[in-house]
Amino acid sequence: MTASYVPLSYYLLLSGFLFACGVTGFLIKRNIISIFMSIELMLNGVNLSFVAFAAHWHALAGQIFVFFVMVVAAAEAAVGLAIIIAVFRTRETLNVDQVNLLKL
Amino acid sequence: MGGAVNLLAQKHPINSALSLIAVMAALAGEYLLLGAEFVAAVQVIVYAGAIMVLFVFVIMLLNAGEEEHTSGSRVAILLGVPGMLTGSVLTAWVVLRHSGTESVPIGALPGSPRDIAQLLFHDFLLPFEVTSVLILIAIMGAVVLASKPEASSGEANR
Repeated sequence: MTASYVPLSYYLLLSGFLFACGVTGFLIKRNIISIFMSIELMLNGVNLSFVAFAAHWHALAGQIFVFFVMVVAAAEAAVGLAIIIAVFRTRETLNVDQVNLLKL
Repeated sequence: MGGAVNLLAQKHPINSALSLIAVMAALAGEYLLLGAEFVAAVQVIVYAGAIMVLFVFVIMLLNAGEEEHTSGSRVAILLGVPGMLTGSVLTAWVVLRHSGTESVPIGALPGSPRDIAQLLFHDFLLPFEVTSVLILIAIMGAVVLASKPEASSGEANR
């Protein structure tokens, strides 16, 4: 069954590509929700490299780490979106260029 | 496979949310090919399910339209995209240069949920409990942050 092999570097390349897209989106986006989604994209890229290395070294600890990364991402998404809602409620905008003061 | 969809993520909020869902589904398929069934299932449930529902819900709630470009964002695009391209090309070159021909067998990882549970609840028990506390604190923080600040300001909030 396990006849097909894929080089490890392909997974690393895809992971790096996802991470680079996340960084690019983080830099060029001006909508705060899009910036948040770029962060999620970066986390996904790192997860892919974790799983690829776990498969390469036959080590299950990599998958456990992916699990923890997902937990942290879920917590971060919940808190971050709550912050976004609070910011939008006080400022009526989602553009990060107009959110330049911590205090209103 | 996820990369082609990913380029679509450079548009407006709801479009990029949908393409992010596509990327996550593709990544779940990738994990399945790597033999990590548990991670694939968790990816679909947590990411493509919970987190993306949260994102789409907030986009709908806040009525996010198309983003307008300011001078700062133009500078960021002009500097960021070429910088990212050169950086990723350099990284790809280094990876391709220094990685040998070692390959990953498809579907050969002993990543059954039984082994993962053994590892998770035996060796990684303390981090697991710490993450449960973290999730609890995150829930409480989200509720506190998203609730209407009626106690502090008496004015009618939206």
